[in-house]
Amino acid sequence: MAQLEILVYPDERLRQISQPVIEVDDEIRSFISDLEETLSSLPGCVGIAAPQVGRLERIIIIDVSSRQHHKNHGHRVLINPLITFKEGDVVGREGCLSVPDYTGKVSRSKNIAVTAQNELGTHVKYEMVGYEARALQHEIDHLDGKLFIDSLVGKRNDLKKRTDF
Amino acid sequence: MKNWYMLTLVGKDQPGIVAEVSRVLFDAGGNLGEASMSRLGGNFTVMLMLHMDTGKESIKQMLQPICDKMDLFFHIDNIIAGLHQHIDPNFRLSVHGADQAGIVSAVAGSLAKSNFNILNLESDVGGSAEKPVYIMHIEGFADCSFLELEKSLQLLKIEKEIVMHLVPIDTMVG
Ligand SMILES: [Zn+2]
Repeated sequence: MAQLEILVYPDERLRQISQPVIEVDDEIRSFISDLEETLSSLPGCVGIAAPQVGRLERIIIIDVSSRQHHKNHGHRVLINPLITFKEGDVVGREGCLSVPDYTGKVSRSKNIAVTAQNELGTHVKYEMVGYEARALQHEIDHLDGKLFIDSLVGKRNDLKKRTDF
Repeated sequence: MKNWYMLTLVGKDQPGIVAEVSRVLFDAGGNLGEASMSRLGGNFTVMLMLHMDTGKESIKQMLQPICDKMDLFFHIDNIIAGLHQHIDPNFRLSVHGADQAGIVSAVAGSLAKSNFNILNLESDVGGSAEKPVYIMHIEGFADCSFLELEKSLQLLKIEKEIVMHLVPIDTMVG
């Protein structure tokens, strides 16, 4: 096990589109345990994506369990995640390990259904809402080379939209 | 050695102010830090952090011609630049109601009692000239619970007949 170094904007690798994982094998699982160790070493952080540590494969971990008042599935490894349903828009504040010392408002879908494989390669499906759905969308964006600062919403439009920080 | 300054510019709004001023500063070797520009009641206002190796007097001389030309007042202060140490707000308060004297003072006063640190405040006067509406957004940090803070604002709602909406800001970091 090892803690991995977090890439920081404007590192070009954060802009690449990550490749699907073909086979969930021991090597992948070993990487996932490093990624898990990295995530758990970062207090206040609820998700991480493989490209944030320079591995351009479609693997994310989310764990919103530290935010008990938000509905969540606990610790989840999602390999090749695919959003199959989304609904509603909600503005919330986000920060990113790869963009230190900055937070901003981003509009995300409120309800999400996602399919993926877990660390055993088993196909799984989750429905996520609110904060957890936000974390999921933020991490999936990393797999597509996108950062939250690409989709900030302005400061003064909050009366128009339901805002859920 | 380079110094940090806070430059304040105020004047009648017109297109091109930011472009002109930033060009003059850049040409003179200045770097800009954080900045906040707003149009307030038709006036152009900006505060910007400026990093330059010249003294205050020479910056003044440099800015005077452009400010004369564009009808701007300016003011410059030496500052300590506390960059890379943002405080994240954990509450947001939206206030609106019929415009009346003392809304800001009442709301800010009440927040101060909870040691609420205002990090961002924006207010607008909307509505019509006959029936002006005051709208204010405040973001800040307070080391107390949502319920405590909400309770501390209750009285104000009734006294001032204003609508106040407090929401926790739960920043998602991933
Ligand atoms: Zn991120």
